[in-house]
Amino acid sequence: MRRHRARVSRVSNLLEARGLHAAYGETKVLHGIDFAVRQGGVTALLGANGAGKTTTLRAICGMVRTRGDISLGGRRIDGMATEDIVRLGVAHVPEGRGTFMELTVEENLKLGAYTRPAREAAADFGHMFEYFPRLKERFRQQAGTLSGGEQQMLAIARALLLRPRLLLLDEPSFGLAPLIVQEIFRILKRIREDAGVSMLLVEQNAALALEFAEDAYVLETGRIVMSGPAAEISKDEGIRRSYLGY
Amino acid sequence: MLQGVIHQVMSGIATGGIYASVALALVMIYQATHHVNFAQGEMATFSTYIALTFINLGFPYWVAFAIAVVISFGIGLAIERTLMRPLANAPVLASVGVFVGLLLIINSLSGWFFDYTIKQFPSPFPDHPMLGGYLSGHELGSTAVTLIVLVLVYLFFRHTRLGLAMRAAAFNPTSARLVGVRVGWMLALGWGLAAAIGAVAGCMVAPVVFLDPNMMSGILLYAFAGALLGGIDNPLGAVLGGFAVGVIENLGGAYLVGTELKLTLALVIIVAVLTVRPTGLMGRKVYSRV
Repeated sequence: MRRHRARVSRVSNLLEARGLHAAYGETKVLHGIDFAVRQGGVTALLGANGAGKTTTLRAICGMVRTRGDISLGGRRIDGMATEDIVRLGVAHVPEGRGTFMELTVEENLKLGAYTRPAREAAADFGHMFEYFPRLKERFRQQAGTLSGGEQQMLAIARALLLRPRLLLLDEPSFGLAPLIVQEIFRILKRIREDAGVSMLLVEQNAALALEFAEDAYVLETGRIVMSGPAAEISKDEGIRRSYLGY
Repeated sequence: MLQGVIHQVMSGIATGGIYASVALALVMIYQATHHVNFAQGEMATFSTYIALTFINLGFPYWVAFAIAVVISFGIGLAIERTLMRPLANAPVLASVGVFVGLLLIINSLSGWFFDYTIKQFPSPFPDHPMLGGYLSGHELGSTAVTLIVLVLVYLFFRHTRLGLAMRAAAFNPTSARLVGVRVGWMLALGWGLAAAIGAVAGCMVAPVVFLDPNMMSGILLYAFAGALLGGIDNPLGAVLGGFAVGVIENLGGAYLVGTELKLTLALVIIVAVLTVRPTGLMGRKVYSRV
C-alpha cells in the first residue's frame, strides 16, 4: 500500500487539514489525518462504516471536538463555532439529510439562504427549481412528507442556497433507489459545472464516488491509508477488492 | 338564566385570554427546550411590579406598560444566557430544579423589593360595562390587548426571517447551525419573548385579581392546563386551550363546583389530558418518511 503524501501546492487548495484529530468524549475517532480539497475540485473520502468519514465532515464544521489545523482559503477555522464556519461559505449536507420536518419545503429553502440578503436569495430559488423541478411541485408541502430522494434534493438545494465555496456531502446516495442516486449525481455534476463549487464527498458507494471525484482519500479506523487521483485509486487492486467488490 | 350563561362565557373568554398568553409563553420555551418553565408566572408578576413602579413614578399608563415589557424581555434574555445556557445538556431533573429555584427566588425578590401587601393595579380601560352589559370595560380591553399580542406573535413567527430561524432552532438545532442560525441566541430571544408576553398578561390580570407576589401562581396552573389541553407543542392549540380553560373555569365556578373549588378544575383538566390524550387536542403530528 502506498503511503499517504500530503499535497504541497498551497495556492490551489481551498481546504486543508493537517494532523487532524477528533473525538467524541473519550472515544477517539480520527488520529491525525492530512487532506485537502482543491479549489473547484471534488475530493472523495472513502472507507468502511466507522472509519471516520462522517466525523471528518463534522470536524470541518466544528461539530465535534478536534485538535490539529483546518484552514479554508488560508484562514484557520478549527475551533470556530459551527455557525461562523458556515458563514464563511461551508455548506454541509449532513448524514440523515437534516430536513426541518415540521417546516414547509419553502421554509427549508429560505433557511438555506438565511445568512444572505433576502432579495438576492429569491433569485437563486429559480436556479434550484431548474435543478430540482420536484421541489417546485412540493413548495408548500411539509418537508417531512417528502420521499427520501426528495429530501436529499431539498438538503442539497438548501446547502447551495448558502452560495458555498465548499460543499460537504455526507452519503447523498444513502438509502435511495439506484435511479434516484443517478439523478442526484447527474444534478451534482451540473451544479459543479455551473457554479464551480468545490466539494468534499463522503460515500460508501466507492465506484460512484471515484467516478465523480478527481481526488480521493481512503480512511481506515481514523487514519488515511491511501490518497491520490481518483482514477488511480480506482485501479488499485486492494481498493478494488475492499471497496469496489470486483 | 341564558343571559347568565352568556355572561359567564364572555368573561371566561376574557380571563381565558390571560391564560392563553401565559400558555403561549410556556409553549415557546417548551418547544425550544422541552421543559416547562415553572417560573413563568413569577416572572410575569415581577414584570407587573415593574409596571406599577413606573406608574407610581408618574409615567402615563401605556409608557409604564411598554417599559415593563421591554425590561421583562431583557430579564428573560439574561436568565437564559446566565442560568439556562450552562444547563443546555444537563439532565431533566437539574433543569427542573433550576426552574423551581427560579420560581422561589423571583417570588421572594418580588416580596423583598415591593413588599407582600396586596396592591391595587390600575386599568387603562373605561370603568363602565360594555357590549350590552356582558363585559366590563377592562375585560373587553384586556381581551383586545391579548388578541393583538397573539396576532403579532403569530405574524412574527410566520412571516419574518428571525421568526423562521427561531422555529428552526427549536425544531432542529443541529440543522439550524448548519444554515448559519445562531441557535444559542434564538433560545435567548425565545426566553425574552416569553417574558415579554408574560408581562402583558400580568398587567392585564392585575387590575382584576390585585397584585401580590403570588398573583400568578393559580393563573400559571390554568395556563398549564390550557397548554396541555390544546397541545403543549402547538402554539395555536395552547392559545385555544387557554381560552377554553377560561370558559370552563368560569362556567364550572358558577354552576358546578363554586368559586372556592375552581382551581381543582385546572387539575382535573391536567390529569384528564395526560391520561386520555397526552398530546392534547391539537398536539402536533409530524409526518416523517425515511
